Amino acid sequence: MPYFPTRRAILFGIPVLVLATGVAAGFFSRSVPSDLDLAMSKATASGLYLAALAPVTEPVTVGPMHSWTVSLTDAAGAPIEAASISVDGGMPQHGHGLPTAPAVTRSIGKGQFLIEGMKFNMSGWWVIDLSIDSAAGADTVTFNLML
Amino acid sequence: MRILLLTIPAVAVAGSLVLALPSGQRWSETEVALVRSLSLAALPASPVDPSNRVADDPRAAELGRAIFFDTRFSGNGKVACATCHLPERQFQDDLPLGQGMGRTDRRTMPLAGMAHAPFLFWDGRKDSLWSQALGPLESTVEHGGDRTLYAHLMKEHYRMDYEAIFGPLPELSDLPRRAGPIADPAAATAWAKLGEENREAVNKVFANIGKAVASYERTILPPETRFDAWFASSKFPEPGILSEDEIAGLRLFVGKAECVNCHNGPLLTDNHFHNTGVPALRDLPEDAGRESGARHVLEDPFNCLGPYSDAAEKDCTELRFMAEPDHDMLRAFKTPSLRGAADRPPYMHAGQIGTLDEVLSHYIAAPAAPAGHSELRPLDLGQRELSQLKAFLQTLDPIPGGEEVDSPAPPSGASAHQVRLRRQRHGPRALDGPRAGLSPGWWAYDHQPTGPGHHCGPLAAHQRRRR
Ligand SMILES: [Cu+2]
Repeated sequence: MPYFPTRRAILFGIPVLVLATGVAAGFFSRSVPSDLDLAMSKATASGLYLAALAPVTEPVTVGPMHSWTVSLTDAAGAPIEAASISVDGGMPQHGHGLPTAPAVTRSIGKGQFLIEGMKFNMSGWWVIDLSIDSAAGADTVTFNLML
Repeated sequence: MRILLLTIPAVAVAGSLVLALPSGQRWSETEVALVRSLSLAALPASPVDPSNRVADDPRAAELGRAIFFDTRFSGNGKVACATCHLPERQFQDDLPLGQGMGRTDRRTMPLAGMAHAPFLFWDGRKDSLWSQALGPLESTVEHGGDRTLYAHLMKEHYRMDYEAIFGPLPELSDLPRRAGPIADPAAATAWAKLGEENREAVNKVFANIGKAVASYERTILPPETRFDAWFASSKFPEPGILSEDEIAGLRLFVGKAECVNCHNGPLLTDNHFHNTGVPALRDLPEDAGRESGARHVLEDPFNCLGPYSDAAEKDCTELRFMAEPDHDMLRAFKTPSLRGAADRPPYMHAGQIGTLDEVLSHYIAAPAAPAGHSELRPLDLGQRELSQLKAFLQTLDPIPGGEEVDSPAPPSGASAHQVRLRRQRHGPRALDGPRAGLSPGWWAYDHQPTGPGHHCGPLAAHQRRRR
């Protein structure tokens, strides 16, 4: 996701100029963790699944509605063909949720599912939470996104 | 002073080029991209509207324009769309509350670029321009007409234009002059007696009127501003068309003041709904904002998924994936575009705030919301910064003389019934017009700050939470 550093800089470059003095690392933090995990592929919280999230079209921009896919395998790497997945998220710094109610609308096979109705209406730090339930059990995973 | 600065990852700063300029100001590549994202250069063509098959048919736009200015399309023969949406005034009326056959409960919105909005009205109770256009036609205090009246008028005055676009009009001669599902009891009773088939036929004509008007409204685009001209100039990002103060205001806008959180993109709106603690007017009914708007749009037979829409279900993504009506949407109102905003006081959804200075004061103070929860946090900005911010907002006004003013040019000799472009440019009407009837102290302004926190970002505890 090469656009992350760039977009991160869009948001965070501004205070540099407000400060006018320092282009240096290590400023104040309100709440974006400095080690924010931007991985789009990871194990779920209890390790039941490996989940990978990807936008259907890139780049992901603020404003338009877009679709994503989630690819799901069990811990051993075998695709999960049937699962119920719900999508939530929001901006932790702003305390609000997603502007829309995205949903998994169908399975596209080989452990891939289509998420429709995703939208980001601001720049900044977004999280996307997936709750996954299948024969393998219920688990959750959170992805971070910098826009 | 509250600290609004955020962590700056070293890699991000190092990764962006910095333009060192003669003025000593530094602009990173990514800041330039952010400024570009606000300029007209970043505005795409109006998105297609699959729910309106004539959206981009020039004949429909021409018919829609004629209707837009035609005062016959009203209960008293005196109100057209252009009565409140004055072309020479950014298609709004400078009044705190719109004034048709009666006084509305909301500020008239400008129209430029509205084709980009997924939801219309301050509460988003409509999901297309065509469906939006139908609301005022049936409102007692706006056009004050009803569905059979408009169908008859189409047949009498625009039959050929209509039929060339939409096909034959239905047989209307047996239908009453005034019938529709509206507040007027006689019209409502007549509507109930029409029978399903007639109601369907009339509804279709009614929807098509909206589609023609929408087709015209899609042609109303935001004019170039000084900000856009500066961005396009060879001087950018150095002062030139914009002064140093105006540019400083831009930096505050995208930086410390965090206006850009909600006022983003080339239209300077996120097209979403926010409770910003705007005071309630004592003499108006309670206004739940988006909470009721979201409910209404789901129930509306003229929505994207309804029988009068030309869209396939799959095309109605905004409606299908709309966030459910929810208490956290209480008194959330649509973020208005800031293009031209400096030139069109008064402000907010019911014209509660008279001047731009007072708007800025409102954002600084971040008063508690009269209902629901304000997303604002008090801001720490000095007088000089406020004046810079205001100076920047004024650069978003259309370049004088560069604004294309539409005028009625009807296809069927309706000029006698056209709205005259009667109002000259004038400043805010502080306490005349509709507001004059309101009691003293008609707006409750509560300066109680809601505690420290993030500006455009809502309360963690109260705002629509991550579930
Ligand atoms: Cu936000």
